[in-house]
Amino acid sequence: MRIVLEHLTKKFPNRDKKIHEDVVAVDDFTFEIPDGKLVSLLGPSGCGKSTTLNMICGLEKPTGGKIYFGEDDVTDLPPENRGVGMVFQSYALYPHLTVRGNILFPLQNLKGKDKLSKEEMNRRADEAAKLVQITELMDRKPSEMSGGQQQRVAIARALVRMPKVLLLDEPLSNLDARLRLQTREEIRRIQKETKITTIFVTHDQEEAMSISDMMVVMQAGVLQQIGKPQEIYDDPCNLFVAKFLGTPPINVFEGRVENGWLVIGSDRILHIRGVEDREVYVGIRPEAFVPDEEHGPLVCDLKSVEVMGRDTSVVSTHAGIQGLCVRAIIPSDAIADPNGDGKVRFSLKPKKVHIFDKESEARIPFELA
Amino acid sequence: MDKKSMKGWLYLLPAAVFLIAFLVYPLIDVVVYSFEEGYNFASQSYSGHGLYNFSYVLHDPYFLQAVKNTFLIVIITVPLSTGLALLISLGLNAIRPLKELYQTIYFLPYVTNTLAVGLVFMILFKKTPYSDGFVNMLIGAFGGSGVDFIEGPYWAKMFVMCVYTIWIVLPFKILILTSALASVDPVLYKAAKVDGTTPFRTFWKITLPMISPMISYLVITGFIGAFKAYADEVAIFGTNLNAAGMNTIVGYVYDMLYGDSGGYPSYASAAALILFAIVFTITVINLLFEGNASIANQG
Repeated sequence: MRIVLEHLTKKFPNRDKKIHEDVVAVDDFTFEIPDGKLVSLLGPSGCGKSTTLNMICGLEKPTGGKIYFGEDDVTDLPPENRGVGMVFQSYALYPHLTVRGNILFPLQNLKGKDKLSKEEMNRRADEAAKLVQITELMDRKPSEMSGGQQQRVAIARALVRMPKVLLLDEPLSNLDARLRLQTREEIRRIQKETKITTIFVTHDQEEAMSISDMMVVMQAGVLQQIGKPQEIYDDPCNLFVAKFLGTPPINVFEGRVENGWLVIGSDRILHIRGVEDREVYVGIRPEAFVPDEEHGPLVCDLKSVEVMGRDTSVVSTHAGIQGLCVRAIIPSDAIADPNGDGKVRFSLKPKKVHIFDKESEARIPFELA
Repeated sequence: MDKKSMKGWLYLLPAAVFLIAFLVYPLIDVVVYSFEEGYNFASQSYSGHGLYNFSYVLHDPYFLQAVKNTFLIVIITVPLSTGLALLISLGLNAIRPLKELYQTIYFLPYVTNTLAVGLVFMILFKKTPYSDGFVNMLIGAFGGSGVDFIEGPYWAKMFVMCVYTIWIVLPFKILILTSALASVDPVLYKAAKVDGTTPFRTFWKITLPMISPMISYLVITGFIGAFKAYADEVAIFGTNLNAAGMNTIVGYVYDMLYGDSGGYPSYASAAALILFAIVFTITVINLLFEGNASIANQG
């Protein structure tokens, strides 16, 4: 099911009653989610991603704009008529019912011509349980299961009515790190098997990048960028997106463009064209740094080297850096400071270097000279 | 016994002394009294042991009347008051503006003295040479003929008694049930809504099971409380409950001890033990029923 949001807006009355201006949780969202894809809504907490999900689900009414499922305008439909399944952050399993009772619950709501026979209901529940691999837990109560198992039950319950759209609200944030990795692969597998259009809300960029076909990055109710994870990572449209994606995060320097050179402090790091002289922010991904003792243009003061096995993290300082330190990830066989003078010199992979306008923080495209 | 447990017993001693002196000893005494036949209050002597006291009490028409009254009050007021409290709590939970005000109003009877409430009920229901009482005025306004609720027919007196009892136990039940309802995780209702659950089914299949421990607590304490009713009856019908035909089992026990025809601790003890047996049986049945219900819920 293709989902289209058109100028979707949600305003809440301000909690502080002295301020009469509404809080804009979601500001004029227009985008399309293609059929059968897994899309994540990504942003820091309070960015409006859960509100967006609730509006798509029908739990919350938008103050403006339209939502289409395929060709149908569903803006005013209640959740049960939209054909959505939802998995909540806290799973929201009914504690007094068994796993089977929980999975059957949505089916038992069906009335009239949709009403199913007992056998059919049980068959569907078994099918859903099989999909999420909990067939041997059907008679347990939620309290007798681990968080990961409860999560699977919640997914099975959301899937049992065969929804056209599956909505997941921070489904992994209540799980421990190992289970989170496992469960996100599981969600990916289930989505691939069922081919249900899935919307996944998360504040964890790594999670979003690893499982989504498409990401929607938002901040403070404003849509920032939509695209494939790798595209957004490689071509962030502004400083916020560049900073939000990637671990360790991108290094941001105060810099300027001067006579065709990109300059940080006194280091002329790249020869570029297409940008007039101006002050800019320079964002350099940790993996952009290549130790180059002889010709490296960016000279930093080495602070520490952290060995991580596969590669090495080099922590250094530079006069132009915003924040505490420059963090570079280099291959483990490279040596940061071969002559031991406390300086580390880097050349940079130009594709991993972005420059941003100081005012709007929008990215400024450039070409290498 | 090692030193550590000695110390523990030592700490328990003060409380244990009081409990034994004022709770355990009288309890045993009640049992002993109930088997002493022909007890003379003046000489504090008795003629022998046996079951005569029980036989006397069970054949006493006043006692049988008291049992009938008590059972009627229990059977009518416990389910009605619990159901009514649930309805009011659901309403209180659903409204937003003035919620605190309504909660306070519904809770006020709880902090009001029983006898004061009884007086108000008398004014509402009693017929005097000067006035028919407020309720009778209402009945008259709708074209009915008045009834003397305080000194009239049995059903009218029982009606007043039940209204009064329900009214007086309602606030506590509302308090317990509103907090029970508020403690149900709201995300469960969201999940039910997404699944297209009707409000009725949501109530029946989610709300009710979630608050059922509190409901059974209220039913059990309600049963026990109603079986022990006495002060409420006095508040409306005065101290001579036998004459009014509105005595309760506890009232009968009191009358046997201190009433105008009193001075029979053996009969009082026997009646008290019979009451104990009834309450005990009902509570056990309640607990069994509750256990079955929670098993049934798992299905």
